[in-house]
Amino acid sequence: MNRILIVAEHNDGKLSPSIAKCVSCASSIPDAEIAIAVLARDGTTVAAAAAAIKGVARVQLLQNAANEPALAAVLAPQVARLAAGYSHVFGPSTTFGKDLMPRIAALLGAPQLSDVMAVESATRFRRPVYAGNAIATVEAPAGRKIVATVRVASFQAAEGGGSAPVETPMLDVKLPQTTRFISVSAARSDRPELQSAARVVSGGRALGSAENFALIQRLADRLGAAVGASRAAVDAGYAPNEMQVGQTGKIIAPELYVAIGISGAIQHLTGIKDARTIVAINKDAEAPIFEVADYGLVGDLFTLVPEIEKLL
Amino acid sequence: MRKILVGLKRVIDYNVRVRVRPDGSGVVTDGVKLSANPFDEIALEEAIRIRERGEADEVIVASIGPEEVQQQLRNALAMGADRAILVKADASVEPTAVARALLKLIQKESPRLVILGKQAIDDDCSQTGQMLAAFWDRPQATFASKIELMGDVARVTREVDAGLETIEVDLPAVCTTDLRLNEPRYIKLPDIMKAKKKPLEIVDMAALGVDATPLLKVLKYEAPPQRQKGVMVKDAAELVAALRHKGLV
Ligand SMILES: Cc1cc2nc3c(=O)[nH]c(=O)nc-3n(C[C@H](O)[C@H](O)[C@H](O)COP(=O)(O)OP(=O)(O)OC[C@H]3O[C@@H](n4cnc5c(N)ncnc54)[C@H](O)[C@@H]3O)c2cc1C
Ligand SMILES: Nc1ncnc2c1ncn2[C@@H]1O[C@H](COP(=O)(O)O)[C@@H](O)[C@H]1O
Repeated sequence: MNRILIVAEHNDGKLSPSIAKCVSCASSIPDAEIAIAVLARDGTTVAAAAAAIKGVARVQLLQNAANEPALAAVLAPQVARLAAGYSHVFGPSTTFGKDLMPRIAALLGAPQLSDVMAVESATRFRRPVYAGNAIATVEAPAGRKIVATVRVASFQAAEGGGSAPVETPMLDVKLPQTTRFISVSAARSDRPELQSAARVVSGGRALGSAENFALIQRLADRLGAAVGASRAAVDAGYAPNEMQVGQTGKIIAPELYVAIGISGAIQHLTGIKDARTIVAINKDAEAPIFEVADYGLVGDLFTLVPEIEKLL
Repeated sequence: MRKILVGLKRVIDYNVRVRVRPDGSGVVTDGVKLSANPFDEIALEEAIRIRERGEADEVIVASIGPEEVQQQLRNALAMGADRAILVKADASVEPTAVARALLKLIQKESPRLVILGKQAIDDDCSQTGQMLAAFWDRPQATFASKIELMGDVARVTREVDAGLETIEVDLPAVCTTDLRLNEPRYIKLPDIMKAKKKPLEIVDMAALGVDATPLLKVLKYEAPPQRQKGVMVKDAAELVAALRHKGLV
């Protein structure tokens, strides 16, 4: 029996959509029994959402005022303690999971596999390296715990309709006081979330200014799409950091990705490899983005984007 | 002395289009340009700026890797690090072992701040800083886009999926850098000359008492599936028509 513990990410009382994808990854391990750990201040709604994911055997709810907002140094020792009866500990490959999971791995003396994109066996996994230019098949030692982050773009969300029991174990773990949350500035937006959106419209350096970037936002709204950006656009201040798509930004897998004024650097392409359909608009017919685009359109974005908008 | 320890990994330069060897044993490295991991240059730049502001006295740059990494360490000294430590080891050392080796250096040097990159662009692990912080039993501030030292604490702004998060950590602590923390300076020729006189200490991984045997075994490397090149459309109308036809808009 492989017993897999998934650490839940949640914000404002809502379970992150990445967790149902982690469950689907864990379910592809043979003979798996899956539990979800919810660490929260008041986590009843999150725990209920986790319990409803099909394939989940049990939810472990740890409630403590110190658990929110989430700090890796505070969560890690609790998860490490909870992990005692488990063979695998998984988390999403989001900034939450990337921050937390290695700290847990270290406390467990376990190796970590980052960005698992496929499961071959309970100890064998595939993961991208070199900005996705190579896929490594990695074998973890048997008889030792395995910690992993799950590349959420590689998995479909597990279905709902489950009804797992919620347990509230009591752990006596000393929590460090050396890290304090101060604030978070999250842009509130009515647009779909970049990582789970079915459509994404992204803008690059070619936009030239934050004002011009509104062109991208307008087209996105027209399509009901999330907004993304290249690193160059974020560095230049045209778009906020959370919109960056790529090796060091978000890895996404929308049905439709529209890249506008983006050259298609390797680091950017890493983030969109799994998009179903890629559309590229660029005035340079030689731009590398056209090598991966399903539909390419050569021309000036400042004339083409308004034209497209009118046609929609 | 208030020290800052910076980790530096030598990796295949970010401009190189990495190719998998035909036999799947790894990626092509012959004749390929190797450089400091870009995130580590950012880490070093930040450490130097902190020292230049008078908030630290010494910047130590450390790398775990083969003999040849001395070249990247010399560059780091030219950039402005005060001294360098090379922990000699096989080229492929896992984050766990790197973190254990860095911990040994920390125990000897007692830095007040350790700055690493958020990820090495070869293995793309993004683990070492967090593991080091856990082994050291100290706070971590990952993916930093701003670091301010205020007495015994650091206030760090982090790039997270939701936006920007600010946390405060008691020092000593481990920070890992994101791309927008700073823009590393260019090395000037006279600095390269000066760097030759700066100390570069070489120790063996084994002498530090760290077991570098990898826990994970890479069975094979494969090239990723290539996307097929699609079609070029002639104008906006043809594009919209094609997307409509596919039910995408
Ligand atoms: C360690 C590291 C990590 C990185 N991580 C990422 C990452 O996560 N994501 C990322 O995106 N990048 C990342 N990068 C940066 C990446 O290498 C590129 O520099 C970046 O993606 C370029 O952004 P861009 O395509 O917007 O800009 P450019 O490369 O400058 O391309 C602009 C494009 O716009 C076109 N254009 C100009 N004007 C017009 C017009 N009027 N109409 C139509 N087209 C026009 C040009 O032909 C050009 O192709 C990383 C780099 C490093 C070193
Ligand atoms: N061999 C190494 N020598 C020195 N620092 C390293 C080494 N490997 C990783 N690091 C540091 O840890 C960071 C994250 O690496 P990784 O966890 O491998 O993605 C890097 O940006 C470096 O700062």
